[in-house]
Amino acid sequence: MALLEIKDLHASVADKPILKGINLTIKPGEVHAIMGPNGSGKSTLSNVLAGNEAYTKTGGQVLFDGIDIDDLAAHERARAGMFLAFQYPVEIAGISNMYFLKAAVNAVREYQGKDQLDAMDFLDLIEEKKKVVKIRDDLLERAVNSGFSGGEKKRNEIFQMAMLEPKLGILDETDSGLDIDALRIVSDGVNALRSPDRGFLVITHYQRLLDYIVPDHVHVLVHGQIVKSGGKELALELENEGYNTWVDEKGA
Amino acid sequence: MKIEDEKSFDELTDKEYKYGFVTDIESDSLPPGLNEDIVRAISKRKNEPEWLTEFRLKAYRHWLTLEEPTWAKVEFPPVDYQALSYYSAPKQKVDMPQSLDDVDPELLATYEKLGIPLGEQEVLAGVAGAPSIAVDAVFDSVSVATTFKKNLEEMGIIFGSFSDAVKDHPELVKQYLGTVVPYKDNYYATLNSAVFSDGSFCYIPKGVKCPMELSTYFRINAANTGQFERTLLIADEGAKVSYLEGCTAPQRDENQLHAAVVELVAHKDAQIKYSTVQNWYPGDKDGKGGIYNFVTKRGHCRGDNSKISWTQVETGSAITWKYPSCILKGDNSVGEFYSVAVTNNLQQADTGTKMIHVGKNTSSTIISKGISAGKAQNSYRGMVKVVETAENARNFSQCDSMLIGDKCGAHTFPYIDVNNPTAHVEHEATTTKIGEDQIFYCNQRGLDTEEAVSLIVNGFCKEVFRELPMEFAVEAQKLLGISLEGSVG
Repeated sequence: MALLEIKDLHASVADKPILKGINLTIKPGEVHAIMGPNGSGKSTLSNVLAGNEAYTKTGGQVLFDGIDIDDLAAHERARAGMFLAFQYPVEIAGISNMYFLKAAVNAVREYQGKDQLDAMDFLDLIEEKKKVVKIRDDLLERAVNSGFSGGEKKRNEIFQMAMLEPKLGILDETDSGLDIDALRIVSDGVNALRSPDRGFLVITHYQRLLDYIVPDHVHVLVHGQIVKSGGKELALELENEGYNTWVDEKGA
Repeated sequence: MKIEDEKSFDELTDKEYKYGFVTDIESDSLPPGLNEDIVRAISKRKNEPEWLTEFRLKAYRHWLTLEEPTWAKVEFPPVDYQALSYYSAPKQKVDMPQSLDDVDPELLATYEKLGIPLGEQEVLAGVAGAPSIAVDAVFDSVSVATTFKKNLEEMGIIFGSFSDAVKDHPELVKQYLGTVVPYKDNYYATLNSAVFSDGSFCYIPKGVKCPMELSTYFRINAANTGQFERTLLIADEGAKVSYLEGCTAPQRDENQLHAAVVELVAHKDAQIKYSTVQNWYPGDKDGKGGIYNFVTKRGHCRGDNSKISWTQVETGSAITWKYPSCILKGDNSVGEFYSVAVTNNLQQADTGTKMIHVGKNTSSTIISKGISAGKAQNSYRGMVKVVETAENARNFSQCDSMLIGDKCGAHTFPYIDVNNPTAHVEHEATTTKIGEDQIFYCNQRGLDTEEAVSLIVNGFCKEVFRELPMEFAVEAQKLLGISLEGSVG
């Protein structure tokens, strides 16, 4: 069964249509990249999938792990195993990253019918995941994303993903604002999390990220529609030719 | 505020009856209304000495000359003081809810969430026939309470009901009563001075560090302190005490008006930490039936190097009018005020503090966190006063407000009055709104919206919660989440 099945998805923001009929299927173990110029609807896609209420799904159907996402609130999608690594991770003052993560991990575990982790088990899990995604202890103790650098925020997102062990990881322009070292660290984390039963949707503007996270499929999103799909070589093609071909065709 | 199960509750309440712990209930009651005869009758019924009767009468006569204050940013219909009953006579069964079925279902839902057993719910909701013991007392076993009390006595600590103190230690009560909050202080304090029902009395002798958090947990007999509670707490030279007041479970009471007075005295090198969790019934969604909580709380740092610290978490009441204050008279004395005030639906809170710097090198800290949701109004009102004699006074004030939704209000009224050029006074204020983006971020990590709000709000209040004793802090966090339920649509 497909992990994510997007059928003729339409969505708008503040009554302005942004997505105009997206079709995409992700199977477990696959990494799909979505590339597109600014304003093509990349972030809208990730937000609609994750259930951000600022974005309105106006048509089509999305099945996540066989369930229509219309039946799931944002937090239920998360609990069911959908993880969005934010382009701009949000700060929450006064709540330590650890505390936040423990609440999140246990919310997800409860939904999945697993036992709640106590403090000791949780610390063990942290230690285990620190081997996958390197993160400094002081970042775990500080308030969620407060005073983190851009790179630290992104790394924190990937660490959270490792902790929550989702079925589907959506990376929303995770490469934006990262220098090459940070990019490598974040990519290493994602690659370590690749597994036969986990899928990824990697949204990016630049081909650069795909040097590190090598996708199985690449889709080009322009004006709210996928205009071309192909293998990883499509990303290189885009790198050389840019988006202009499609943008021009659409008469933009 | 929880007991393990209903069985232990029943066991305990049975014991209370068996050993006669229940307060003797006077069978007669005074008619509603207030006049000198009523004041005398209250005093007589409590077998008070002449000087205390006179104290009450002086207060009553002064009260007649006063008008209800109107400066607070709260609105409510006028209180008919002649319609109130000033002696807590046994409650008439017919006026009380006959069973939990008669109680506001919202209130019961809250009890469920707090995990309060049925028997205890009846006590809290004031159901007819429920045991008339202090709800706090059902917590600990009688023997534990007795042991505590014995330990305290051995150290010379006096801790019990105000009435008992009047009987057993009249000289102490006489020496201190009204010395921090004079009977003329303000409308509600004056009324309290005339008609106060009961309350707590605590004296920590010289050099004694009270080994435990003093709380009403084991104050068994002083159950029905009534609507005009009076508390007097004295820490003698070098003494140290931490006092907890209140309870996290919402308490219902048919007395709508509560006007308590709390006086603290800290002598040289003494330290008092006074923590409150106030959760009187706020009324239903339309604000019906909520408690008016008009409280005067003041601490007097009488000796050099003394310290008084107030921490309060205010989530209940329809109207809160409360300004726990410190008079920093001793040189190098320290005053602190940490406050979280939550208002939801139609609740109104006007709360803050006064720090009066008199001695040299005195310092004060004010951290106030106001959270407003629904159509509630939340005001911080604080005064920092530095008099001429207060060389090198220091104050730091931080007042943060958080808004949830767009129909509520947050207001800050800081008054600063500095009469000595060596003073340093700092005031910071912020107003924030819980962001949709914060909530979505939490949602995306698997937390539902109520969990998200609770998490964000607790982060906002962290500086205050860490001042609370551990078990209080945990309950206060939970309570905040419940108080704000349904506030984000």
